[in-house]
Amino acid sequence: MDFALNDIQQMLQDSADKFIHNKYDFETRQKHSKSELGYSEDNWQLFAELGWLALPFEEEFGGLDGNATDVMVLMTELGKGLLVEPYVSTVIMAGNAIQRCGTDEQKAELIGSIVGGELKLAFAATEAQAPADIKAITTTATGSGDSVKINGKKSVVLHAASADKLIVAARTDTDTIGLYIVDASAEGISAHHYPTNDGGRASDLTFKDVNATQLGDSNDVAAAIQAVLNDAVVAVSAEAVSLMDKMLNATVEYTKVRKQFDVPIAKFQVLQHNMVDMFMECEQARSMLYYAAITIGEGNAEAANKASQFLKWKVGQAARLVGQTAVQLHGGMGVTDELDVGHMFKRLTMINTLFGSMDYHLDSLVKQRQAA
Amino acid sequence: MNINFSEQELAFQKEVQTFFREELPEVVQEHINNGLAFNADVTVAYQKALYNKGWAGTNWPVEHGGTGWTSTQKYIFQTEMAKAKAPRQIPFGYSMVAPIIYTFGSEEQKQRFLPDILSSKTWWCQGYSEPNAGSDLAGLKTRAVRDGDHYVVNGTKTWTTLGHHADWIFCLVRTSEEDSKQKGISFLLIDMKSEGVSVKPIITLDGRREVNEVAFQDVKVPVDNLIGEEGKGWTYAKVLLTHERTNIAGVAVSKQRLEALYDLLNAPPEGCPDLKQNSVFMGRVLQVEMELKALEFTDLRVLSSVSTGSAPGPESSILKIKGTEIQQALDELYVEMAGIYALPFVPEQYDEAGFEPRIEPFFAPNAAPHYYNNRKVTIYGGSNEIQKNIIAKQVLGL
Repeated sequence: MDFALNDIQQMLQDSADKFIHNKYDFETRQKHSKSELGYSEDNWQLFAELGWLALPFEEEFGGLDGNATDVMVLMTELGKGLLVEPYVSTVIMAGNAIQRCGTDEQKAELIGSIVGGELKLAFAATEAQAPADIKAITTTATGSGDSVKINGKKSVVLHAASADKLIVAARTDTDTIGLYIVDASAEGISAHHYPTNDGGRASDLTFKDVNATQLGDSNDVAAAIQAVLNDAVVAVSAEAVSLMDKMLNATVEYTKVRKQFDVPIAKFQVLQHNMVDMFMECEQARSMLYYAAITIGEGNAEAANKASQFLKWKVGQAARLVGQTAVQLHGGMGVTDELDVGHMFKRLTMINTLFGSMDYHLDSLVKQRQAA
Repeated sequence: MNINFSEQELAFQKEVQTFFREELPEVVQEHINNGLAFNADVTVAYQKALYNKGWAGTNWPVEHGGTGWTSTQKYIFQTEMAKAKAPRQIPFGYSMVAPIIYTFGSEEQKQRFLPDILSSKTWWCQGYSEPNAGSDLAGLKTRAVRDGDHYVVNGTKTWTTLGHHADWIFCLVRTSEEDSKQKGISFLLIDMKSEGVSVKPIITLDGRREVNEVAFQDVKVPVDNLIGEEGKGWTYAKVLLTHERTNIAGVAVSKQRLEALYDLLNAPPEGCPDLKQNSVFMGRVLQVEMELKALEFTDLRVLSSVSTGSAPGPESSILKIKGTEIQQALDELYVEMAGIYALPFVPEQYDEAGFEPRIEPFFAPNAAPHYYNNRKVTIYGGSNEIQKNIIAKQVLGL
């Protein structure tokens, strides 16, 4: 039993901490977020140099062979900056899917380019009616090999505008779910790109007879898609836990200097207990993150799926309490655009909507228990 | 990062499992099998069995007859003990006064008291709280006045758990009025058979006698029974509180109770509602399960830092609050699981095997008394509100 970081994790932590500290203060982040691209291409190239783009890939394709706990360590640090680069979309989701499903040829071609910082991807898997349920996918794929046609709609695809290629999940003629490689500029795609509430970018994509190539040899990869989503849950949850820590610290510091009734408001017991509640939720969310990352990293599918649902619920619940209390204790300042606390609150709120909300997962877990 | 046990730890786990499966005294096993309450005799029989196995001093250093277990071994032991539904060791001797004696006591005191605690020959109770000193414990008023080679003690202690079985009581007493509240407090061991000690029952909401009021009227206590230095009692008691945090969350027992609840849900006994199909109820069960999973990892984080020799991190401070919240959430779920059969008040059927006529489902009438009684867990050991004050001050620096 050991919760210490190994050497590689220590390196990831140090390099990411340095990056956020030196290159990613709040003003810079806001500038990138509001730029035309929505992030910094220079940063992306730096990510390539630092090896972060190689993290979850097998060594023979130029990767670092990282698992969910490594992703957790990196995202815990990057999360502190409210990262707007398409790291989770390209590396943790689309790249991860290629790693899990692709043929050796596809891996050699695509993963190599991701690692080198030349290729960005978006992962268009789940759909609006069921943001975490692979079984509910209605987009269709007809044909096989490199002559597949995609039809349907994918909603709120993260970072699709900056993607060179899309990895699309679709229902096949035989009612399985397959993954398909699509050129982002392919004929038949109509895209509506927009900013998101948390400073990111996303798109609605409609596919009409769009040419695609099957990813890998199998067109029945629902389990692999679920594994990708589990890793993505660890990534955004690590980000959320970091943000919660930052919000707690910011709130503690603010209440120590903000004076009302001639005393720092931190002296009021009711506020102290609110902050203790925030602290306890931060720690419980972190513990659940460790449990889930370790379990998912060990690779037993059933245990991993459960752990990811537990994590997404706990983070949703903790983030709501910590986020709302942080804004409340900052008073009027908490609802201004000027303060970073409000932007962390916005990001936490959006994380809850990704990959299934807390109520979605609770309901799903109840139904699984009832069916058992 | 990993949470796997080593080969040796797995072997140890097997040994512990075998003990709980095959080596418990018959009377203990019978009580477990029949779902009966553990009275003092059964508890002592269990504690003696642990002693004979060499496992009584779970947290004690080897030199005093303790197991010298690693924190992982303790974790394994607690987990298997809970799975076996074994009684708990009464903590007052084993994990409350003994550490104070072997840390701060004289050689003579160690020789005199520790062997009997370890072998369960003496029963100890705790004399901290007073009618007017609860959360503000340092405001305690029980006086010990030095008179030659003994102290004369006057005052009243309360909430004395199982004090009616006790041979000895360890007390915080006031030996000086001049200093600050905390500095005037000393740590004194008192023989319950001393003249002037009286024990009065306090009946709790479950209708049982668990706690007592213990009054001292001109009780003569030899100076030899003072631990350490006069006036340092508060420091000793505090050191202990921060020192021993393993199992404070009660994770193992809560896990066992959750498992047993799922067993009831999957096959509801006749007379119980079919709550498995009630999604609102199941949602609450699942939330407790998830909160407990997170707490289990909080506990493991603390264990892991302790076992690598570092001090427990700030996360250790939440164990009591979260652990007791979960225990009480489980109590609520059990009352609902009992359905209408939560109503009958029939404590007798849990006291002796084969009591007739009994109410079925057997567990059901005990759900509410347990729920009532267990409101204590967020009150004792420093109420959860006091715990939050401590976290605010010591962890958040407020």
